[in-house]
Amino acid sequence: MKIGLFIPCYINQYYPGVGIATLKLLQKHGFEVDYPTGQTCCGQPLANSGYERYTHYAINHFFTLFRKYDVIVSPSASCILFVKEHLKFQPGHHQKIQELSDFLVEQGLTDYSGTSFPKKVGVLQSCHGLRGLHLGSSTEIVGENGDSTIVKLLHNVSDIQLIGLDRPDDCCGFGGTFSVKEPALSVKMGNDRLDDFIRNGAEVITGTDMSCLMHLEGVIKKQRMPLEVMHFSEIICQE
Amino acid sequence: MKGHPELAEKFLQDESRTNWHDETLWWVRSKRDAVASEIKDWEKLRDAASQIKEDTLSNLDEYLLEFEQNALKNGIKVHWAADAREHNEIVLQVLKSKDAWQLVKSKSMLTEECGLNDFLEDHGIEVIESDLGERIIQWMKQTPSHIVMPAIHLKKKDIGKVFSEKLHIRETEDPVKLTEFARIHLRNYFMNTKVALTGVNFAVADSGTFVVCTNEGNADMGVHMADVHIASMGIEKLIPKIEHLGVFLRLLARSATGQPITAYTSHFRKPGKGKEIHLILVDNGRSEILGKSHFWHSLKCIRCGACMNTCPIFRKTGGHSYDYIIPGPIGAILAPHRDPIKYGSLPFASSLCGSCAAVCPVKIDIDKQLYAWRQELTGEKSSLPVSFMGYVLKKPGLFNMGSKGLSILQKLIPWMIDRFFKSYTRGRELPKVPGQTFKDWYKKHT
Repeated sequence: MKIGLFIPCYINQYYPGVGIATLKLLQKHGFEVDYPTGQTCCGQPLANSGYERYTHYAINHFFTLFRKYDVIVSPSASCILFVKEHLKFQPGHHQKIQELSDFLVEQGLTDYSGTSFPKKVGVLQSCHGLRGLHLGSSTEIVGENGDSTIVKLLHNVSDIQLIGLDRPDDCCGFGGTFSVKEPALSVKMGNDRLDDFIRNGAEVITGTDMSCLMHLEGVIKKQRMPLEVMHFSEIICQE
Repeated sequence: MKGHPELAEKFLQDESRTNWHDETLWWVRSKRDAVASEIKDWEKLRDAASQIKEDTLSNLDEYLLEFEQNALKNGIKVHWAADAREHNEIVLQVLKSKDAWQLVKSKSMLTEECGLNDFLEDHGIEVIESDLGERIIQWMKQTPSHIVMPAIHLKKKDIGKVFSEKLHIRETEDPVKLTEFARIHLRNYFMNTKVALTGVNFAVADSGTFVVCTNEGNADMGVHMADVHIASMGIEKLIPKIEHLGVFLRLLARSATGQPITAYTSHFRKPGKGKEIHLILVDNGRSEILGKSHFWHSLKCIRCGACMNTCPIFRKTGGHSYDYIIPGPIGAILAPHRDPIKYGSLPFASSLCGSCAAVCPVKIDIDKQLYAWRQELTGEKSSLPVSFMGYVLKKPGLFNMGSKGLSILQKLIPWMIDRFFKSYTRGRELPKVPGQTFKDWYKKHT
């Protein structure tokens, strides 16, 4: 199985550590991983702004770069959802497109007890991962109550303390271009999510979507809150 | 013209009120979760409801005629209104024919949509809203901020004040006392009105009957005392068979307020002796929506308001920030059909979190429709800058240059970048630029 690693543009630009952790994690598990260096941005920001019609350049380019792989893996649920929903119309498309935690759980690679992370950690269930990719159970849906993929990966990390939240899947308020179009509201939503984490004793917030975490980190820094954000790959694959 | 962002920001200025509003609605959402989860087959019920509505809408012409035929057989007078004006005229004609100068109403979002109250008042008719929330809103000359809980944006204190002004009583916040005063006040109208109007929650094609759900019993008080009952319904409120009713009644109140069923579920089949029932079937743009792919699913809506209660945008910015009769996620996909320019900001007033679609009892793909509206709303004009941005995404060289450039500027003149992205940086910091990008690191390590 040949994996094509998709590192979304903002992770490449601002959070290289997440890309490195993802790559090392996959290699540690013995996968053959390739990172096509010609990758740019999947086009989601344009589409969510109402310009889906200009995203064919990005989609075609993405498909050309990744067509030779069996699986496309990425540490970002939202970008994966977008790519998944748009690549399906490409003729010849056969690749499996998976968010990292989803991929690891499906491969049965859930034992990270060799890693220690002695902190209180709260999980941010990003909306696109949760309701779009079904990486966990949404509180709206009756009868869904299994652990999310990220909890399956984190629960046996040594010394980790996973905390619960009052509203486990309320939106953090990022929403891509929404954060710029409705800044006051977006920040308020972020603040309210952060209050939930603080109230429940979290020291670290982790998740499947670095973009939501980037937004929360921005609010944390602006307000000097006693919290930090980390993508889950950085917890289970520490240097 | 103020769009959602401006109205939202205004609402957000009063943070303690915002928090209170958010918590109140979240509490309703939690109640919904609790009672919904008591039904093991909840998700199957949602599937069934969605399918029944899709079938109804796909064959609406036939079901409407079947309904009309059966309603006529039952002795109901059926009227057809192509738009709001026709609807209002019909109501006025019925009132005039009975020499009535007063109309007691129960809750109806359709009459809000048609602007009925203003129209009747212009014609000298006194309109009395008998749903308590609606009565308060009417007194305050406001519009409902929620389709099920119209006065949810008001606190007990606000309500006590308006009661004191209108009913000349000592100001109180005690809900028991306030309800008692409302009861005395409204009872007078119930006793004396000739004509009462209700909305319709469901109309059943194969029986020619209709159902009105309320918690206060005010609809029943009104119509049972009056000689004439006018019922206004949107044409999408139809269901084919009486046996389908159970599916919807189980979903409606649970989704709306977390009750197993509304306190009153009143079935109307035929007028009592010497009385009349006039039922008005209103289109007012619905058949146009029905003809639009993507968007016709929005007509499945049973107006439970669950999407509002769960929506973080609605909870934190209030119903009035949508500036449309139907607020919240469902309002945001209905409003642009009325006026894509005036309501153009609504489909963007969403983080596309999808919670609305996940609670919707009839499974309307609200988030997908918000996304589709965004495409539609920008569709008229071609945008050269955006088209260029799109093009750059297939040119890694150009794209990398742009990204590098931004990093350099962010390091050299961070304050300028902050100002450039000021709508982002006002409440948040931009992430720090790291020593190298992932791409650079990868190239060095392979």
